Amino acid sequence: MPEKLGRLTGWGRTAPTTARILERADRAELADVVRAADGRGVIPRGLGRSYGDASQNAGGLVLDMTAFDQIHHVDTETGIVTVDAGVSLDKLMRQMLPHGLWIPVLPGTRQVTIGGAIAADIHGKNHHVEGSFCNHVLAIELLTADGEIRTVTPDGPGSELFWATAGGMGLTGVVLRATVQLKSVESAYFLVDTERTRDLDDLMSRLMDNDDQYTYSVAWFDAASTGAKMGRAVLTRGWSAKLDDLPAKLRNDPLKFNAPQLATVPPVFPSGLLNKLTVSAFNEVWYRKAPKERRGEVQNITQFFHPLDIVGEWNRVYGPRGFLQYQYAVPYGAEDTVRKSMEIISSGGAVSFLNVLKRFGAANGGPLSFPMPGWTLAVDIPITDDLGPLLDKLDQLVLEAGGRLYLAKDSRLTADAFRSMYPRLAEWQKVRDAVDPRGVFNSDLSRRLML
Amino acid sequence: MIDAVGNPQSLLLLGGTSEIGLAIVDRFAGQRPLRVVLAARPSERLDEAAERLRAKGCTVSTLAFDARRPETHEEVVGKAFSDGDIDVTVVAFGVLGEAERAWQDVEHARELAEVNFVAPVTVGVALANRLRQQGHGAVVALSSVAGERVRRSNFVYGSTKAGIDGFYLGLGEALKPHGVQVTVVRPGFVHTKMTKGMKAAPLAAQPEQVAEIAVTAVRRRQDLVWAPGAWRFVMSVLRHIPRAIFRKLPI
Repeated sequence: MPEKLGRLTGWGRTAPTTARILERADRAELADVVRAADGRGVIPRGLGRSYGDASQNAGGLVLDMTAFDQIHHVDTETGIVTVDAGVSLDKLMRQMLPHGLWIPVLPGTRQVTIGGAIAADIHGKNHHVEGSFCNHVLAIELLTADGEIRTVTPDGPGSELFWATAGGMGLTGVVLRATVQLKSVESAYFLVDTERTRDLDDLMSRLMDNDDQYTYSVAWFDAASTGAKMGRAVLTRGWSAKLDDLPAKLRNDPLKFNAPQLATVPPVFPSGLLNKLTVSAFNEVWYRKAPKERRGEVQNITQFFHPLDIVGEWNRVYGPRGFLQYQYAVPYGAEDTVRKSMEIISSGGAVSFLNVLKRFGAANGGPLSFPMPGWTLAVDIPITDDLGPLLDKLDQLVLEAGGRLYLAKDSRLTADAFRSMYPRLAEWQKVRDAVDPRGVFNSDLSRRLML
Repeated sequence: MIDAVGNPQSLLLLGGTSEIGLAIVDRFAGQRPLRVVLAARPSERLDEAAERLRAKGCTVSTLAFDARRPETHEEVVGKAFSDGDIDVTVVAFGVLGEAERAWQDVEHARELAEVNFVAPVTVGVALANRLRQQGHGAVVALSSVAGERVRRSNFVYGSTKAGIDGFYLGLGEALKPHGVQVTVVRPGFVHTKMTKGMKAAPLAAQPEQVAEIAVTAVRRRQDLVWAPGAWRFVMSVLRHIPRAIFRKLPI
């Protein structure tokens, strides 16, 4: 089996560690290496889009799952597909669109695998009405620590293991294949309402008012402005466009995969290029370029879902020190926490331009699944010398509000804080201990959080 | 694990009573308490240091370590890793000695050579084996500007520091593919018990200043830093002065 020593990081390019990487193994070989795992253990890895250390395993084995990339079965009537764990959402979308099928939950990038989508129980702009990814998964084929392959379902046999795997960061076993319920759509376009809000109060009240009328909803906020302008935002909300909504020229080919990528960022950017000045300017321009109000605009996939995917490898603009994403969720009633955290971010040393505020809907059964009813806020921040203490302060705020951080983005939480944020951890631990008593599945994240 | 902003969870201090070493531990612990292993010859000072760190919320254990017994070093390093991964190792032990005695007294010269060079090498190789297995970690080696260009006035000490400097810079290159970052720190004159009673040299620093520079360098994953930073420019001038002139300088 081809195995090589490699230095790995997450998408944020922080905290590199070295592991043996196993590529292009087949199922039997995977079962063998899992059975034979040593004390450093094994973790699967997809496209490496987790920001932190979730798919790294220092001194151990990392299973590159991207070679498992077959779409096995598609039922175009019911919209049920069975796919390998290494299939990317990008590939699945391209192949399913001609059938009028749409992936029910899409995060900010299509460059994630099905296995990763399950392990992080990813969410998208429709969480407030359609929940997170695992809400749409009907079955998972899981390679467990004993080398066996089990099929688990959300409410049938093995449901506990199913939900421990949903958001379980790959620590319950290796997802080999999954059966997913897709949605049917009439087009690959979206009907979008855009509003600009004056400040945070204005933003939150509009979100509370009529968010549920929209399938998709997200707000980009200006994280550089303080005082009265703090939290001013561009709110974009919409629906999948029906055939009748489209202008005549798009109606000929409504299901065309229309998601352009213009360029790839070369790896030449120094750290510190994104500083207070450049990011403030960016925030100002981004706010100004949005219309004050515009209704019913037709947008394509990249415009509406993945404005960042228009440039490949965009994480390189942060330079060699890398960056991190800070995303938390707090329950309704913690609006004050959202305000305070925004104050700390915009007045502190941190600079961010991907600033998102959104409402979450109901949580699902995963004890480590991130979304909870309430508010979620995400910012991305280049690593600087004084970032650590600032974020420790934010952790404290989030904790006090009964909130939590998203593990797919986390790269610096302490084990103690994590335990307080996920009150159902003991439940998850029990399932994991039963299915992996030797502790075969390990990652840098599991070591950091003492999982 | 060392996290994305450079916070370690565990630290091994070789030279567990070193003032600069302990200042480095304090600096890390000030942001987040961590698990600390203090390796030194058993002494009251060692116990006091352990107690002080416990009061700050750290989990502390001590380990008997004698720099002059290189045959024990592999075992000592093994024990240090027995409770789990070590994220940061600080190699902080050393002796200054008496400069004039050191080049005339064989035993004294041997002490300097063994403590300042042989032990860092034996410890370094044992460490490297462990760190390669764990696939991550950072090592801080306390070198000295005295090793960058060795002077007549303290050439035995200077030559041992030239040795440790070269060894750890090279070890850093060798360990890079294994996910391990080695940082060599070159302080100038530092006010510690080692220099007590000596006349402070220009650019003299406190242990806390050296610690701040060392910790920042670990967080930035730097290979080589001077403490204070101005030494870098002073030394780059001194390094290029012809020997005939260098010999006459009052340094």
